[in-house]
Amino acid sequence: MKELRDREVIHSLLKTIAQKTAALPTLPIRLMEVCGTHTMSIHRHGLRPLLLEAGVEMLSGPGCPVCITPDAYHEAAIKLVSSTPNIILATFGDMTRVPTRLGSLQTVVPASGSEVKIVYSPAESVTLAKANPEKEVIFFGVGFETTIPGIALAVRQAWQEKITNYSLLSALWVIPPPLRAIVASRDVNLDGFLYPGHVSAIIGVKPYQFLAEEYGLPGAVTGFEPADILLAIAAILDLIQKGQPAVLNEYRRVVRPEGNPLALKIMAEMLEEKDAFWRGLGYIPRSGLQLKEKYQHLDAEKKFSLKIAPEETHFAGCRCGDVLKGKILPPECPLFGRTCQPDSPRGPCMVSFEGACLAFYKYGYTGEKISFS
Amino acid sequence: MKKISLELGSGGKLMRDFITQEILQTFRNSYLEELADAALLPANIALTTDSYVVDPLFFPGGDIGTLCVNGTVNDLIVSGAKPQFLALSLILEEGLEWTLLKKILKSIKKAADEAEVLITTGDTKVVRQGQGDKIYITTAGVGEIIAQPSWEKIKPGDKIIVTGTLGEHSLAIMLARGEFGLEAEIQSDCAPLNYLLPCWQEGALWMRDITRGGLASVLHELAERLPYPVIVNEAAIPLSPPVQGACEFLGIDPLYLACEGRAVVVAEKNKAEKLLHRIKQHSLGQTAALIGEVATSPGRPGELLLHTLSGGWRLLEPLTSELLPRIC
Amino acid sequence: MCLGIPAKVIELAGHNRGKADYLGTKIQVDFSLLENVNLNDWVIVHAGFAIAKLNEEEAAETFELLREYARFLETLPSEKEKK
Repeated sequence: MKELRDREVIHSLLKTIAQKTAALPTLPIRLMEVCGTHTMSIHRHGLRPLLLEAGVEMLSGPGCPVCITPDAYHEAAIKLVSSTPNIILATFGDMTRVPTRLGSLQTVVPASGSEVKIVYSPAESVTLAKANPEKEVIFFGVGFETTIPGIALAVRQAWQEKITNYSLLSALWVIPPPLRAIVASRDVNLDGFLYPGHVSAIIGVKPYQFLAEEYGLPGAVTGFEPADILLAIAAILDLIQKGQPAVLNEYRRVVRPEGNPLALKIMAEMLEEKDAFWRGLGYIPRSGLQLKEKYQHLDAEKKFSLKIAPEETHFAGCRCGDVLKGKILPPECPLFGRTCQPDSPRGPCMVSFEGACLAFYKYGYTGEKISFS
Repeated sequence: MKKISLELGSGGKLMRDFITQEILQTFRNSYLEELADAALLPANIALTTDSYVVDPLFFPGGDIGTLCVNGTVNDLIVSGAKPQFLALSLILEEGLEWTLLKKILKSIKKAADEAEVLITTGDTKVVRQGQGDKIYITTAGVGEIIAQPSWEKIKPGDKIIVTGTLGEHSLAIMLARGEFGLEAEIQSDCAPLNYLLPCWQEGALWMRDITRGGLASVLHELAERLPYPVIVNEAAIPLSPPVQGACEFLGIDPLYLACEGRAVVVAEKNKAEKLLHRIKQHSLGQTAALIGEVATSPGRPGELLLHTLSGGWRLLEPLTSELLPRIC
Repeated sequence: MCLGIPAKVIELAGHNRGKADYLGTKIQVDFSLLENVNLNDWVIVHAGFAIAKLNEEEAAETFELLREYARFLETLPSEKEKK
């Protein structure tokens, strides 16, 4: 495993990338890392400036579920826990810090007997419901294809065991539709895509094929270690050089071409597609999932008659939307680093660990050029 | 109406604002203005205080008793003072078991003996059931100032030493709560830092105990005062494998995890090797390491830079909010 | 968007539950999303669920490729001089 972060390996890969870009006519080559965990890893390991030097500019994509979930969902959760006594709102740690007009789930003062509870796994939310039969447990479940099968299994367990004090407030998103939306809008100049490793472990590599076939854009599925990312970039550069757009699988140790059939099956069993609103991107056809009719009594939106009407809400000047589309880099936003900082975020991209703005702020060394010798 | 939320106590931005805007504004004086771990008072006296609320009360490697002694003692030591006397206040919840209380008192006694301090005064209050959580403890400590630590003496080339592996305290507590389905053999590093006292005479220029906010926050506090950049080599940072494993699972950066028996020591350039050797000889300092230095480049004055495992560079920021497990 | 950690299966209990280990830290894992999980298999754990099995042959191939890159570095003259 240590090879994946080894200084010499990384150095050598960067040299290879620089040699490949040197043979191309226009630089920098602009690649979008779709996935926030890639964003995070690129910044955490300080790869961005090294890649720029090697002729490759990385743009962040819409792959942070916390960032793209519209405020309306967060506000519905905040209202629920602050106004309803005796409920447990269970959610993932990253969801609790998103700033809205009503504050965040971390700054909210819950109604009497209620609390916000952080879970690591969706399975814990069902355990909570069983352990607290006198309380309503609402699991505020957010995620892409990687997380959705686990959420679906949790709901199925509650359904099978007829647990009546459990429901799901769902913010579930699927990745291919927004990629089409971004490319079709022609807002962004791109030369290729770095596809998410763990989403692809579930959906396989086929769902990205249209980007190669219809739009002529090459791309590669890859893992999250520095060497994974650089190997994939080198492979994409070869495709660009040859003028052969394709979808490569550079994460073969984890991703099967067909994905994970059991996970896809449980998703199909419990959930159905819907048109969904993405922060920054607006409504995208068939880009969200919701519980099927049969499981509606486990849907918190119905159970508590929540009115979730997503709209583009943001603090004046916040350009998270454009950041999520890869249209601008975080430092180009007028709020970045000024009124919007990690300890006083104005938008979700500065909140989530994999938000592009936070990654840039925390890890993006933007000072004078560093000598790497 | 604005109310207090749990977030205020998490050590992030809300708390920093509360301290500067409410506490400092209300009580302003030259001692408080330093906002240091311990106030350095006339007649060579250092004074500090801390409150301890921990769940669970007992955890691998320590308990609320060892914590309430070591936490306060360590604040004195890193401020250049030899701890001498403690005050001990107990807030007990009605219904607390006697045996539990006695066990905690015994543990306080043992920790105080080890840290060579006397419990010299105190107070006890009992609150109704449900109005507190078993036991809260506040200690105050007094020590004799034996050194004048100062960041002003720090120069490029001076070395950064960390006195042992990071994050064990935070994770031991998290695991003892049985949260997130994790298990690991991780013991809290809770311990008194008295063994570092001689370092003040052997080339130590500045120290901080690594508590809430972790190594990154402590070093950031140092860097922002210096007219030089501070550089840390990620590969040299001591971490035990189970801590690395737990951090990977939960998506937490170990550089932000709290310890209760570890410190950062800035050592004079020419004395650093010897000082490190001395620290490593003590049983509590076996895993100590030289992790970085005060530099002139790369970076700009006041910046804290990490040279990453893979050879990149990035800025380290202080903790902004409580560490939470994440899925992304 | 999705943290996934490679871990070794060390315990299999009923109902697709069990435990996996990474660097000595053990975590409860739900194996419902995988078929034929065996002790000592490596899996990718995300939010308490094993979402994929690690293909050890593919992993070994990648690591070998990376070692080649490290060796490639040594053949570059400028790098040698630096050392």
